Amino acid sequence: MKKKIAITLNGERVAVEAPAHRLLLDLLRDEIGLTGTKEGCGTGDCGACTVLLNGKPVNSCLILAGELDGADIVTIEGLKLGSEFHPLQQAFIQDGGAQCGYCTPGMLMMSKALLDENPDPTEEEIRFALSGNLCRCTGYVKIVQAVRDAAAALRAARAAAGGQER
Amino acid sequence: MRRPEPVEIYTPASVGEASALMKKLGAGGRFLAGGTDLVIAMKEKGLSPKYIVDLKRIPSLSGIREQADGSIVIGALTTMREVETCPLIVRRFPFLARSAAEVGSIQIRNRATIGGNMANATPSADVAPSLLVLDTQARIAAEDHERTVALEDFFRGPGQTVLGSDEILCELVIPPSDRRLVGEYIKFSPREMMDLAYVGVAVALVLNDRRCERARIALGAVAPTPLRARNAEAILLNQVLNEEIAEKAAAAAASECKPISDVRSSAAYRREMVRAMTKRALLNAALAPPPASWAERRERRYR
Repeated sequence: MKKKIAITLNGERVAVEAPAHRLLLDLLRDEIGLTGTKEGCGTGDCGACTVLLNGKPVNSCLILAGELDGADIVTIEGLKLGSEFHPLQQAFIQDGGAQCGYCTPGMLMMSKALLDENPDPTEEEIRFALSGNLCRCTGYVKIVQAVRDAAAALRAARAAAGGQER
Repeated sequence: MRRPEPVEIYTPASVGEASALMKKLGAGGRFLAGGTDLVIAMKEKGLSPKYIVDLKRIPSLSGIREQADGSIVIGALTTMREVETCPLIVRRFPFLARSAAEVGSIQIRNRATIGGNMANATPSADVAPSLLVLDTQARIAAEDHERTVALEDFFRGPGQTVLGSDEILCELVIPPSDRRLVGEYIKFSPREMMDLAYVGVAVALVLNDRRCERARIALGAVAPTPLRARNAEAILLNQVLNEEIAEKAAAAAASECKPISDVRSSAAYRREMVRAMTKRALLNAALAPPPASWAERRERRYR
């Protein structure tokens, strides 16, 4: 019962064959081999499996392959800008925003979605946006700090580029 | 976490086609909207539908629009996040936008749909009380007929609605309302986020110099279905809203709800929280302007 599914994955058009009931999470990890996206709870509570679907953050553990034809998906593997880390990745490293690292891909994708919409979020807005991403190590303080620092870095880069999108 | 069992997913392009598919393929199929209930049930509870009919490819089911008569139509496949952020909803019914924002996380709200949430008929659904106080109508269609029911009559019990097996909830229609209408939704739950309501209270009032020309109160998570508190509404009508009358109405709401005891809370505690939250919601609704931030909202909730 495999179906042909055409998607755009991290900017590249790909065609995959998968049964309709395959989870997006498993499609990415097991069929395509992108293992950066993690499974935490499997029920949409923890956010570890967050990817961007048509630009919006979603739980990849709750989406079926049969829903995906034509979708645009960005995973943690698509966050890097060329060979450089994205400012969010740099800030998470610099601020100690990751400890065991399991929640980090989801945190980064959710933070990316937040900064795409709101380039200068308050601490409250960051905490509201990240409320569906659980971290059992950090206590969140350094994660929130990293998102603020990344936002500032992105704004500075944008100003330096004369307001052009990076 | 276990994986869904193999299943065929159909992607019809119209309501008629979706309804016809369901009729043709017979019992045991499920309609799929955002999947945040259905896929979890397939994983957590081992639900194994015979087939799935995905409604997301039906363009007419999505979006929010104002009609010429002033009514507001919310397509059933509109996501909770769209309801939360839609400028029209935020401006006209900020408490409805905020009740949508109470559901799960942003990731969940980007998938979960308002129609799927209603059709799933969980008694604690956060947007249901807000929709009930706006006298929302549910427009239902199948291949060969259409009908409209009051949302209040749409729910039959936990997980139960009036929908026939080939019927699709298409639109939620908020009838034209007084421009002075103010409202509030309070979700009472011990966790700030990512929790289910122990008690949900929505109120909508039309005030003329604090006198209630119209009063609606609806309760979530304290009966088999979301519930209008009509005795409480009657107490408010044509009265000046003050602390004393809010307390009387709240006491009436507490006595007309039908809570159960479960893992989250005892029935007696839920009833007491209905009393406290109804009073707070009534007094908060009369405050202008509505809370600007989440922190301010939290303070008002627990004042």
